[in-house]
Amino acid sequence: MAFRDNIGPVPVTCEKKMTHLKTFTVAILLVLMPLSMPAVAEVTLDITNPVIEPMPYAVPDFIAENGEATKLAHDIARVVADDLTGTGLFREIPSSAYISQVTSFDDKVAYGDWQAINAQALITGAVQVSGDKVVVKFRLFDIASGQNQGDGLQFAGSAKSWRRMAHKVADAAYSRITGEGGYFDSRVVFVSESGPKDARQKRLAVMDYDGANVQYLTDSKSIVLAPRFSPSGDRILYTSYASGFPRIYVMNAGNLSTKMLDEQPGSMTFAPRFAPDGHTVVFSLEKDGNSDLYMLNVDSGALKQLTDAPSIETAPSFSPDGSQIVFESDRSGAQQIYTMPAGGGDPTRISSGKGKYGTPVWSPRGDLVAFTKIADGRFYIGVIRPDGTEERLLTASFLDEGPTWAPNGRVIMFTRESEGATGTATLYSVDVSGRNLHQVTTPGSASDPSWSPLLP
Amino acid sequence: MSVRFVLPIKVVLIVAALALSACRNPDRFGGAGGDLGANGANGANGAGGAGGVTTSGLGDPSNPASVAYFNQSVGDRVHFVVDQSTLTDEARGILSGQSQWLKAHPEYAIIIEGHADEQGTREYNIALGARRAEAVKNYLISQGVAGSHMQTISYGKERPIAVCSDEACYSQNRRAVTVLSIGSGT
Repeated sequence: MAFRDNIGPVPVTCEKKMTHLKTFTVAILLVLMPLSMPAVAEVTLDITNPVIEPMPYAVPDFIAENGEATKLAHDIARVVADDLTGTGLFREIPSSAYISQVTSFDDKVAYGDWQAINAQALITGAVQVSGDKVVVKFRLFDIASGQNQGDGLQFAGSAKSWRRMAHKVADAAYSRITGEGGYFDSRVVFVSESGPKDARQKRLAVMDYDGANVQYLTDSKSIVLAPRFSPSGDRILYTSYASGFPRIYVMNAGNLSTKMLDEQPGSMTFAPRFAPDGHTVVFSLEKDGNSDLYMLNVDSGALKQLTDAPSIETAPSFSPDGSQIVFESDRSGAQQIYTMPAGGGDPTRISSGKGKYGTPVWSPRGDLVAFTKIADGRFYIGVIRPDGTEERLLTASFLDEGPTWAPNGRVIMFTRESEGATGTATLYSVDVSGRNLHQVTTPGSASDPSWSPLLP
Repeated sequence: MSVRFVLPIKVVLIVAALALSACRNPDRFGGAGGDLGANGANGANGAGGAGGVTTSGLGDPSNPASVAYFNQSVGDRVHFVVDQSTLTDEARGILSGQSQWLKAHPEYAIIIEGHADEQGTREYNIALGARRAEAVKNYLISQGVAGSHMQTISYGKERPIAVCSDEACYSQNRRAVTVLSIGSGT
């Protein structure tokens, strides 16, 4: 499956949606370069296998095709390596071990030299810079099968978007080796935290999936909670106390304008999330102390009540086909996870283990629901099938909470809060297999991550 | 001379700021810049330390008509059992005292804040805090306090007052606080 020769013209339409996120105002064009012959696929990596030996690969500095490109040629190769190695699925062979050097993008690859250092994959690239324009080309070689052909791809963009081009190279390599969709060219919106535990300041921020390019979206005058991207990444839902009461707002990710979504006198609204159609928002509305789920059409303003129970119903999330909603309720006496038809109807309980279950989030693949579990004073991030089978816990700590899915449904990011008076929140990432748990770098404390779709 | 001139102006400004905050923004934890208006009458940065404000009956805990007296002697808060919003006997006792005081001082607007400890998920704790605030509101109404004076708000686990990570702190954080503001009562 890996190194599939028939990757074909990739139907990328970057220029159409170029302004969806504020920092993505520069189009990146992905063009299949017409310079390859089919290669035989032999190396595969099944990332669903619970035990994986990371695949050794090499990514030498890209070739600088002119003097201006020297720095980017190195930096782009490093970001590609950080992306791939950061998955835990690949192991980079250090350049000190190289036998042969890549001196020209079009040179024949010395397979024997790369086989001798056990490289299974080789990524070569070239960068050209002219003024603000950057062109990146790359090829992926299947060293193990000894094929002297690699499909080439080319990206063009502005100098400012060089990290995105590197992420696109890594996404293409990851995708072709694993057979899964990529996720490196994506953003994460989160809550940036500062100040002591009893006077925490919170503001919305957005960053690349790897913590680069942080941009603050609000100030910290009001408490803000749990931002969520729209399905296309063009808007962000969140809860703010700006009015004095918790209410849901929508922010335009391009110009950062905000709008209160629903104003019901004498009530609070919170826990909003978009439906896959991008026009419907489901959320909790509290009236007279009781929280139920409601659905709002953001275009027409039409409001529909989905649940009507004296229990707490909150944290709703749509299935990717839009047909169902998974949510938490304490109708049984404690927090548990339920599914119901998207228009409302009889809920089906899907969590059945010991402890409490909350914050369910449906995977973009549809196959799993991620959740927070609380048992015996510990917090866990786990996954379960939507039919309630095959519960698996992926993490455990004093306080793990609020999972969000990578666009390919293979990685989960969440909040981990440390214990005690000086406890702070940080973002962590873990594979759906439970492997590769690591902290995500943020400028300060951070919580409530929400992953964007893969960028166009 | 200058002191006597300045002081009354301070009083007026502070009172005006408090009244504004009561009308517009019940979030006394908001306005992180530390402006007086955001703290409400009970706030630590409120009138208590701002000399001369006792003339409006806000800050002297020895004055039974003061908010400080309400906060400290009547008791402005009740506590809850884990995951519960049911009022304990002790809570009912405190709320009965609150209702007596509030009926005697109908000029105050009342915001009841519900809070939760950190041992729960964020959204659930907001809903739980709302339940707790509502339980207090309903009890005060049952004791004859006018419901039209009262609003509820939940902070979930966002504003703990005790920061350790064990039951000694959690039990203080599972609370509902009756916060009084002047100017918006009857």
